Amino acid sequence: MITLPEVLSLAALLFCISVAGIFLNRKNVLILLMCVELMLLSVNMNFIAFSHFLGDIHGQVFVFFILTVAAAESAIGLAILVVLFRKKNTINIDDLGSMKG
Amino acid sequence: MIEQIVFYLFAGMLIFSASMVVVMRNPIHAALFLILSFFASSAIWLLLQAEFLAITLVLVYVGAVMVLFLFVVMMLNINKVTVEEGFARHLPLGITVAVLMVVAMGLVVGSDYFLSERYTAVQQLDPNYSNAKELGLAIYTEYLYQFEIAGAILLVAIIAAITLGMSKLKITKAINPNQQVYVKKEDRLRIIKMQAEPKDKNGESDL
Repeated sequence: MITLPEVLSLAALLFCISVAGIFLNRKNVLILLMCVELMLLSVNMNFIAFSHFLGDIHGQVFVFFILTVAAAESAIGLAILVVLFRKKNTINIDDLGSMKG
Repeated sequence: MIEQIVFYLFAGMLIFSASMVVVMRNPIHAALFLILSFFASSAIWLLLQAEFLAITLVLVYVGAVMVLFLFVVMMLNINKVTVEEGFARHLPLGITVAVLMVVAMGLVVGSDYFLSERYTAVQQLDPNYSNAKELGLAIYTEYLYQFEIAGAILLVAIIAAITLGMSKLKITKAINPNQQVYVKKEDRLRIIKMQAEPKDKNGESDL
């Protein structure tokens, strides 16, 4: 029998790993996007855990919408990344400061 | 008991593959480990009786989003643009922030509140219970407007991705106003000198 704190700590651990990943891979936009996907996954896991342990379907509806928005976000992010790489020939974040005033 | 063993197996797989995503230098390996972590979390969602979302995670994420990721990784050819420096420099900061967050979240999550009666009394679902049916009932009645908004968001994403992707392609027939303003009479109109045409006998011109 799984208990709620087990699932919640798994999601928290996953979230912390992806936050650490954002700090560690500050050069590579692609891995940053992957870390954002992992963060969304951990949040979804929290929703599903509460939905299961409270016997309430509405948490799963939220997960459904989060999945939709995350798919849209990664599609647009990757399209921007491709255009960026075509123009600047790099995906290093330090070289992408052209909007800085 | 068997449920717990399966849970810890997939939880370990999830944590391992997530840390490999973070640590891997090669983006292709990172993307493949991300796929593994999606599979592991899908199994955990199955354990939590969210069958529809578990299948959706595999279909949508592994089937579409991760293929998109891999496609972009291979198209960009980042192996030339190796991103080596910075990892060791940011390691202490990253570890510190992660440990602090683990401690903070652990204090909240580890409290006895989540072990109270409200969260442990999981009712047994009857064998004919259909998760997809329940979810569909909720989405198509209570959350209908939100569902339509989600469709609109996906449409916007499609349009945005296509527009960004074909920025090189010139298919519009729109006029550039800047060039249009600078047009002079001489560019368009040609005045030539010529002899006057003689009239015919009938008094009509050749034209």
